[in-house]
Amino acid sequence: MQKFYTRISQITGDVIVVEAENVGNTELAEVITRQGISLAQVIRLDGNKVSLQVFAGSRGISTGDRVRFLGHPMRISTGAHLLGRIFNGSGMPLDNGPALSENLVDISGPSMNPVKRLIPDKMIRTGIPMIDVFNSLVESQKIPIFSIAGEPYNELLARIAIQVEVDIIILGGMGMKHDDYLIFRDTLEEHGALSRSIVFMHTAADPVVECLLVPDLCLAVAENFALEGKRVLVLLTDMSNFCDALREMAITMQQIPSNRGYPGDLYSQLAARYEKAADFDGAGSITILSVTTMPGDDVTHPIPDNTGYITEGQFYLKNGAIEPFGSLSRLKQQVNGATRDDHRLIMDRMIQLYADYRETQEKQAMGFSMSAWDKKLLRYGKLFEEKMMSLLVNIPLEDALDLGWEILHECFSPEETGIRKSMIEKYWPHMYAGKTYAR
Amino acid sequence: MVTARFDSAVMQNEVAYILHDEERLKSEIIRVRGNLAEMQVYEATVGLRIGEVVEFTGELLSAELGPGLLGQIFDGLQNPLPEIAQECGFFLQRGVYKKALSDTRTWDFTPVVKPGDRVRAGDRIGFVKENIFRHSCMVPFSLWGIFEIVSVEHAGPLTIRDVVAQIRDADNHIIPVYLAQDWPVKIPIRSYAEKLKPGEPLVTKMRLIDSLFPVARGGTYCIPGPFGAGKTVLQQLISRHSDVDIVVIAACGERAGEVVEILKTFPSIHDPRTGRPLSERTVIICNTSSMPVAARESSVYTAVTIAEYYRQMGLHVLLLADSTSRWAQAMREMSGRLEEIPGEEAFPAYLESRIASFYERAGMVRLYDGSTGSVTIGGTVSPAGGNFDEPVTQATLKVVGAFLGLSRSLSDARRYPAIDPLISWSKYPGIIDRKQKDRGHAVLRKGYDVAQMMKVVGEEGTALPDYVDYLKAEFFDFVYLQQNAFDIVDEATSRERQVYMFDVIFRILETEFSFPDKGTALHFFQQLRQLFKGWNSTSWQSREFEAAENEVRAFVSERSGAG
Ligand SMILES: Nc1ncnc2c1ncn2[C@@H]1O[C@H](COP(=O)(O)OP(=O)(O)O)[C@@H](O)[C@H]1O
Ligand SMILES: [Mg+2]
Repeated sequence: MQKFYTRISQITGDVIVVEAENVGNTELAEVITRQGISLAQVIRLDGNKVSLQVFAGSRGISTGDRVRFLGHPMRISTGAHLLGRIFNGSGMPLDNGPALSENLVDISGPSMNPVKRLIPDKMIRTGIPMIDVFNSLVESQKIPIFSIAGEPYNELLARIAIQVEVDIIILGGMGMKHDDYLIFRDTLEEHGALSRSIVFMHTAADPVVECLLVPDLCLAVAENFALEGKRVLVLLTDMSNFCDALREMAITMQQIPSNRGYPGDLYSQLAARYEKAADFDGAGSITILSVTTMPGDDVTHPIPDNTGYITEGQFYLKNGAIEPFGSLSRLKQQVNGATRDDHRLIMDRMIQLYADYRETQEKQAMGFSMSAWDKKLLRYGKLFEEKMMSLLVNIPLEDALDLGWEILHECFSPEETGIRKSMIEKYWPHMYAGKTYAR
Repeated sequence: MVTARFDSAVMQNEVAYILHDEERLKSEIIRVRGNLAEMQVYEATVGLRIGEVVEFTGELLSAELGPGLLGQIFDGLQNPLPEIAQECGFFLQRGVYKKALSDTRTWDFTPVVKPGDRVRAGDRIGFVKENIFRHSCMVPFSLWGIFEIVSVEHAGPLTIRDVVAQIRDADNHIIPVYLAQDWPVKIPIRSYAEKLKPGEPLVTKMRLIDSLFPVARGGTYCIPGPFGAGKTVLQQLISRHSDVDIVVIAACGERAGEVVEILKTFPSIHDPRTGRPLSERTVIICNTSSMPVAARESSVYTAVTIAEYYRQMGLHVLLLADSTSRWAQAMREMSGRLEEIPGEEAFPAYLESRIASFYERAGMVRLYDGSTGSVTIGGTVSPAGGNFDEPVTQATLKVVGAFLGLSRSLSDARRYPAIDPLISWSKYPGIIDRKQKDRGHAVLRKGYDVAQMMKVVGEEGTALPDYVDYLKAEFFDFVYLQQNAFDIVDEATSRERQVYMFDVIFRILETEFSFPDKGTALHFFQQLRQLFKGWNSTSWQSREFEAAENEVRAFVSERSGAG
């Protein structure tokens, strides 16, 4: 028996209050207006007053409109029939394919039991030395690209994405521009990956609530594939729009903000999504790569700050390169001990020396004369930026490590590197004097 | 949050269950107004309807304390997660609760009292063997007064459901004592003779901590730092290498993956003190970020209660909480839902007192039988924006005995552990001779001052002696304070080795070198550093150790002229 409720007593922001009985918390409802039917979700119950968040926004809703409760929370269809398709933030088709109703799952399912996770140990090779050597990416990692507006973050995201050997790619766009969508579509198509991809797209013109649903839709579908043993890559761009949507909702609900208007549970909200990245013991995996644009290039802004506290590191994109400082892969040590025995050493020492270079650069900018050591550092920094940091470089890890030794050798004597003797003896390039390294 | 109407008496912080279809959802009363009880639910509230029935239990949220806790992994409400996984598979299922301790497992009991003996709360009735420990079976902490033993079980196998003894109070009531007992987690266990001042160093084998900013048994410390600065790695290193009997890890509101790492690696890492797997001395309380927030708030209390319980057996326990900020945020979320008047950054006004009373549960105590036990608490703090000038860091700094502040610039430069020696402090005595330690601090400060000055006047404007001081500080930092967490030798430095190495370094720092110019000085310290790096990765007192040491000594005496 489907009952209609008609007593809409309040409309604020995208939230309406209707009087109704026997309604479940977070249950889904349909609001039937003159413009059509819009989905809405219960966000608060107070006696018979039911607060509903209307997905399409409250514009045009009249107090005389009818509400029908569906008896279940938000769901999405899952399975192989989604491959190659594109949907909006309510899970409705944006292509010409049919609407979906098979194999429905709740989009905000329960949290995974930590004891069923595996320790991630499969390195993903990207051909980008700043990732492979210095901050190795690992299957089932959750890691965002921190970027200021204007940087080619979506290009970088797409470039990494096609390197990842996975069965399925799910793209979640939040506040996404059509041009950006095309970057992904073309890259995926070029690499023959479009037919094993699924897209959930929210554009800046779409309702805010749908922006909030995009990560959940993507991850619910991903989880379902992962449970079937599939390795899934989820791309989320731009998570800053998701956070701003959360803020907008919180303000509508008159919650007390904790920091610059963002709700106190921003961290938990982000965690609920990012923690879905996992390597399932006895099944597949979910890897999450995302984009977090940083308002004003400020990592201490609540969005990057709360993101950094939950993700497993971040790639910090600045001036068209991945910055060694501020970039971090928290899972690198799970894999870089088993690549080559000089990997960790090169990783640590090259960054430490690069830090010294930056200091010298500051001194130089102040107009101080440069000592012999300073000059060495300046040379080193320049080579490092040209040969390692540039995003144009695309070489395998082993070549990048060799290149690292080559750069050190070109700039320093062995003891100046601070590397212990046994490793110098093994790797220092003087034994191959005269040989130029193949790139 | 759920509000329920009640008609008989309810108690603040009482546990209640919401009955929803087939499910029973655990919750706790956090405010009472008129005949309405406001409750935080330890579960997702999806699907709950107006009109559901609530069952009040009349009990405070409690932990079950007894043999079998070691090696376990519990959620914030002390549900054993491996057992839940067995029943529910990959996901945590709402409303599924499991007993913390096994009812059927038997323990070999040995009595230490006889009928007629007089005992009080916390006194030992007997013990069972739990891994390498003598796990005491104690008179319930909740009893008051003096009791007489009426009967006690003979030596033999018992379960936690068996009565091990009967005791009689002054009014002739007979009270049964079991192997296990319950205790409300938010109340400290106080069955001891006195609380002592923490004075003994707790050796963590982290050089920067033990040598410069020591932690004491029964003391407290905090590790604030921006994300990625190394809080969790540091806590994990401490959990592996600390000289304590038992480690309780409260993984509070952070990544599940980090717990998995502990969980999967500890069984195969051996404690050098005992030769036993680390898992046998560890209890994990795991309420990670995507698990229910209300249970996150309880998790630190469950953890500290278990720590206090083992302290009552005369053991030294270390409680590591990562991160206390997530616990504070859980309080903030609850407070927000109660629409309480918010304080700074929307944290509740009682934040400071909650933090203080949590750390107050640390301490070295003298038990009634004269032995001592301790709980040491170390908490990480995750300040918003990495700025220590925020409510949680500030409230914590007021109460802890040691502050290990991590800095972003050190971790960016991969100088690990990224503890900033210029802002950190400790009120506890350490393992290094006072004079040498003070000298170490002075060298670092001087080095920093010179570095600052060089930024203004440049290297050429800096006098050679000042420049050498700067190089000494850098050298000290590089070869002693920095410690490679991923080198099997360097990762942990024993107390003896620290004292020995510090002495060698102290002498170098005290040496007046005569360098002709800055370039020579720089080159000298670069070479010395390289020799030390090699020395650091040789094992203590091995032949390689001696060889490396001789090389260092020869190199230094050559340069310091006379030798
Ligand atoms: N002592 C250390 N030695 C080497 N690497 C470290 C050390 N501490 C931290 N790191 C690196 O930094 C990353 C982040 O450290 P973590 O302790 O997780 O930071 P936090 O808990 O402060 O966010 C680690 O995954 C590791 O790669
Ligand atoms: Mg951490």
